[in-house]
Amino acid sequence: MSKTTEQVRKSLKARYSSEKRFRAFGITAVAFGLLAVVVLFTDIISKGTSAFVETYIQLEINWDPEELGIDDPTDPDQINVADYDALIKAALRERFPEVEGRLDRRALYQLASSGAGFKLRDQLVANPDLLGTIQTQWILADDDVDIFIKADAEERQSKRLPEVARPWVEALERDGQTDIQWNASFFSHGDSREPEQAGVWAAVTGSFFTMIVTLVLAFPIGVAAAVYLEEFAPKNRFTDFIEVNINNLAAVPSIIFGLLGLAIFINLFGLPRSVPLVGGLVLTLMTLPTIIISARASIKSVPPSIREAALGMGASRMQMVMHHVLPLAMPGMLTGAIIGMAQALGETAPLLMIGMVAFIVDIPGGPLDASTVLPVQIYLWADSPEASFVALTSAAIMVLLAFLITMNTLAVLLRKRLERRW
Amino acid sequence: MQAGNLVLLLIALGAVFYFFGWRRSYAVSAPLGGVRHLHSLPGYYASLAAVWCVLPALALLGLWLIIDDTVIRTNLMASLPSAIQPANEVDYNLLLNQIRNVAGGALNPAFVPAEVVAAAEQLAAMQARNQQMMSIAFVSIAVLGGVWGWSRVQPRLRARQQVESVMKWMLMGSATVAILTTLGIVLSVLFESIRFFQKVSPMEFLFGLQWSPQIALRADQVGATGAFGAVPLFAGTLLISFIAMCVAVPVGLMSAIYLAEYAHRNVRAWAKPILEILAGVPTVVYGFFAALTVAPAIRGFGESMGLTVASESALAAGLVMGIMIIPFISSLADDVITAVPRAMRDGSLALGATQSETIKRVVIPAALPGIMGGILLAVSRAIGETMIVVMAAGLAANLTANPLEAVTTITVQIVTLLVGDQEFDSAKTLAAFALGLMLFIVTLGLNVIALKIVKKYREQYE
Amino acid sequence: METAQKLNDTAQTNPAARMAQEPETMNQRIPYPERTIGKPLCDDPKMSMRNVDVFYGDSQAIYGVDLDIGKNEVIALIGPSGCGKSTFLRCLNRMNDTIDICKVKGSFMLEQDNIYDPKLDVVELRARVGMVFQKPNPFPKSIYENVAYGPRLHGLANKKFELDEIVENSLRKAGLWDEVKDRLDQPGTGLSGGQQQRLCIARSIAVSPEVVLMDEPCSALDPIATAKIEELIDELSGQYTIAIVTHSMQQAARVSQRTAYFHLGRLIEVNDTNTVFTAPEHALTEAYITGRFG
Repeated sequence: MSKTTEQVRKSLKARYSSEKRFRAFGITAVAFGLLAVVVLFTDIISKGTSAFVETYIQLEINWDPEELGIDDPTDPDQINVADYDALIKAALRERFPEVEGRLDRRALYQLASSGAGFKLRDQLVANPDLLGTIQTQWILADDDVDIFIKADAEERQSKRLPEVARPWVEALERDGQTDIQWNASFFSHGDSREPEQAGVWAAVTGSFFTMIVTLVLAFPIGVAAAVYLEEFAPKNRFTDFIEVNINNLAAVPSIIFGLLGLAIFINLFGLPRSVPLVGGLVLTLMTLPTIIISARASIKSVPPSIREAALGMGASRMQMVMHHVLPLAMPGMLTGAIIGMAQALGETAPLLMIGMVAFIVDIPGGPLDASTVLPVQIYLWADSPEASFVALTSAAIMVLLAFLITMNTLAVLLRKRLERRW
Repeated sequence: MQAGNLVLLLIALGAVFYFFGWRRSYAVSAPLGGVRHLHSLPGYYASLAAVWCVLPALALLGLWLIIDDTVIRTNLMASLPSAIQPANEVDYNLLLNQIRNVAGGALNPAFVPAEVVAAAEQLAAMQARNQQMMSIAFVSIAVLGGVWGWSRVQPRLRARQQVESVMKWMLMGSATVAILTTLGIVLSVLFESIRFFQKVSPMEFLFGLQWSPQIALRADQVGATGAFGAVPLFAGTLLISFIAMCVAVPVGLMSAIYLAEYAHRNVRAWAKPILEILAGVPTVVYGFFAALTVAPAIRGFGESMGLTVASESALAAGLVMGIMIIPFISSLADDVITAVPRAMRDGSLALGATQSETIKRVVIPAALPGIMGGILLAVSRAIGETMIVVMAAGLAANLTANPLEAVTTITVQIVTLLVGDQEFDSAKTLAAFALGLMLFIVTLGLNVIALKIVKKYREQYE
Repeated sequence: METAQKLNDTAQTNPAARMAQEPETMNQRIPYPERTIGKPLCDDPKMSMRNVDVFYGDSQAIYGVDLDIGKNEVIALIGPSGCGKSTFLRCLNRMNDTIDICKVKGSFMLEQDNIYDPKLDVVELRARVGMVFQKPNPFPKSIYENVAYGPRLHGLANKKFELDEIVENSLRKAGLWDEVKDRLDQPGTGLSGGQQQRLCIARSIAVSPEVVLMDEPCSALDPIATAKIEELIDELSGQYTIAIVTHSMQQAARVSQRTAYFHLGRLIEVNDTNTVFTAPEHALTEAYITGRFG
């Protein structure tokens, strides 16, 4: 055995244990990353699923014309001023006749959601014959009741429902007069101070308009810029300067774009605050670098032989680009655009700067209506003190993530489907 | 007519002139024996007519919209009776706002002096006239341009070259948007910062240890001026970024190494995309996770060990930010590690190195510039990250290095100072722009260096 | 129209078809020998390989090769590209382990040790059987660190001066010492191609291997650098057992004592270098060395 072999054999044990340690370190790192994904998602899903359903309580509603102050259910004025909450209050008193005293009564009335009256009004408008009848109806419960009902027996101690109201809710539950139903208002309402009435629809619509503005501006400009840089730009300082700018803008913190939007679009150009148009403009500037970079990559991947073939047939450079390069590069560009849009959809900070943090109840009707967007809605709800907003926030996050996952899946499918190997 | 409607009208006009240009190109080619005797295809003549219709009108509209506000305002304010002529700039703006609000219907005319009501009526009249004039000028320019373009349709006109050069200019215009954006960022933060530094000295801002930007309601209140020493913010930003990098660098780097060098192809095929999910999660979600799950968990754990932990500890924000940055580092590291040529690895393995020795002594040193560049980019991202810290870090500007205490950061303060109602001229608002300037300078510097390093590294192996 | 289509078709299919048939017709013209011709085995081998089959996934790259490599001899492996000579060489220190789809069958002995024995340590094996690659691949480190890399790994030097000594000796043996002794701390990647390759040779002999495998070490070099490397191989022979894969028949003739001729994964003929080049026994060998293909 040679000297080398001897030496090598001596060192082997230590070296292999160091190899093992290194590998274990690597596995730990990967496991940590995967664990973070799992924890993040289970945390949000476990917190959020309960917000997709909400609690109703069953009450005998007496549509008493006197209590309502309505004698003609077809008169819109009477319908509008009538006191529907009184019906619910009466029904609650009926159900719990033993409750006496002003404070206890007030606690009792708070079992029902403050928005429940509006629903009764809508029912009466739809069906005037209700007046004067007695109906067994499901009434939306307050969020404190909702949380209490959804909690386990042990967890209930810590919930916010007032001590005095607990036996009532438990009585309702025992008699089968509580029910958990699909939370349709979550997908049709705007923001609200009352968690049980709050929904994401206004924010989703706001996000939609913002994304439309962003897409309409960013995609054509991004593609045009990429075409110019790849096909027409001369190699000079100006072109280099554009490239440096694009690369740096891709790494500028998003909040800086918000400052730009505030100073230029709102204060200088005098555009209104809180509107999707300005949000879209800011997000356009923010996503442009991403779109330009990916569009350039897909233009680059079109082989030069195709360009030469077109030029050889006597096409002009512009015709070559329009007829051959762009159609061939389009799938890649679309993929890049979708990824850029997904980035923009999740963006919050710059929109805070341009005032899209308003409390929006109404569903916006266009890009010039005051609105908020999904991530900002999440931010607003996350700041709210009520416990029910935690579930709402998580549910809104699930909606946002569902959109993002759909967009990214679309991008992956598009790439797989249309990918061409030259 | 509103500008939006005008643009829609313009599109319709453009289409009309396209059609007429098309017709005319056939008409002028008929005596010659068909369109093949034209210099360009009919579509180019048609496009040229449409371009002549659309572009000048758009340019006019843009110019008009930029200057009309100023013109109306100057005329209006000059025509005011001397009784209500404003004395200084603040009054000027106040009065102008009042007039506007009355004219816009936001303010009840009963609450303001009669002169203001008169001025508001005048403003409304001027605005209406302005709209009218703008619409007339716009439409006539569009039609004139279109007719001119249409009349130029001649068989020997080099329509294709002209249309293509217009397109080329438009492409170039799109590319310069990047420069304009940078310029816009620089100008917007720079100008406001200069105004800030007129009120607060740069030395105090850069080296002051006290940050409390509240401006007193009354002038004689204690601490009336507010303090704008940004050092606690810089320190807080660095502390949180440091914690984030302590998580992200080892985990990101080691997982990239493991997945690139050790993991079986199948493992890599599913583990990599799952890790990349972390990159696609919006930051507001991380903020929520940090504030509602991680921070209470750390607090509970710390208290069970007998430590005092702030409910908005730097550790929670930093830890979650680190998780956010893991995929960023790991994908950049993966790129540079796989770019190290196989020959290097073979050379080392053939000498009898184990795999980890090869990685530690050959692959990583070779990939080091690229890895450093990636880390610098990640640092810049950590410094500029906003939502996590807004939601999970504190507001109080503590100067501390203890990760269990609450600290605040540059981005948190920008958001706090600018969200909600604001006067645009107060030192408080302007301070946000000064912080923005600092943030921009630092991240820009990091990006430039990092991109240079990465580029150089790529060239080395290409 | 129809005829044009037809013409087009034939023009397209014909060359492809011809290419697919070519090797086959050649094989039919000159059949492979039943067994390797000449003297594939020797009396006192350093390494001896029997029944070697190598597969890349489903396709077989080497078919039943038997070969011995004698002590302190220089053996050249020649043959047209894609004949499996490099693959065979990489099996000898298990560099093929790094390729997932590569499967190796047969027996490989390094003196008394089975190279593919699961109990045998691959690190130890590679310390004993060094390798020099086609393209010079110095590490992006200083010249000194490049040579010291192996000894450091294996703990061959305990003191700084011992390491210095190993580095100097290796560089001297590689004929590079005089050229680089004043700039040992400069990066190895800054040297010329030929110097880089000699640095790689110095690097692999720094761990005093018993066998050095060289995989077309001169194919990326200019003629002058090639001449230096060949000179170096000549000097090293006698101290080390060297197996060299080469594209150049002249090089094989200049540096080796024995030559093995591979053809499409089969070992056709092994003989003294002189015999192979002056009086090849098999027709395929003759065809190759007379330049009819390759």
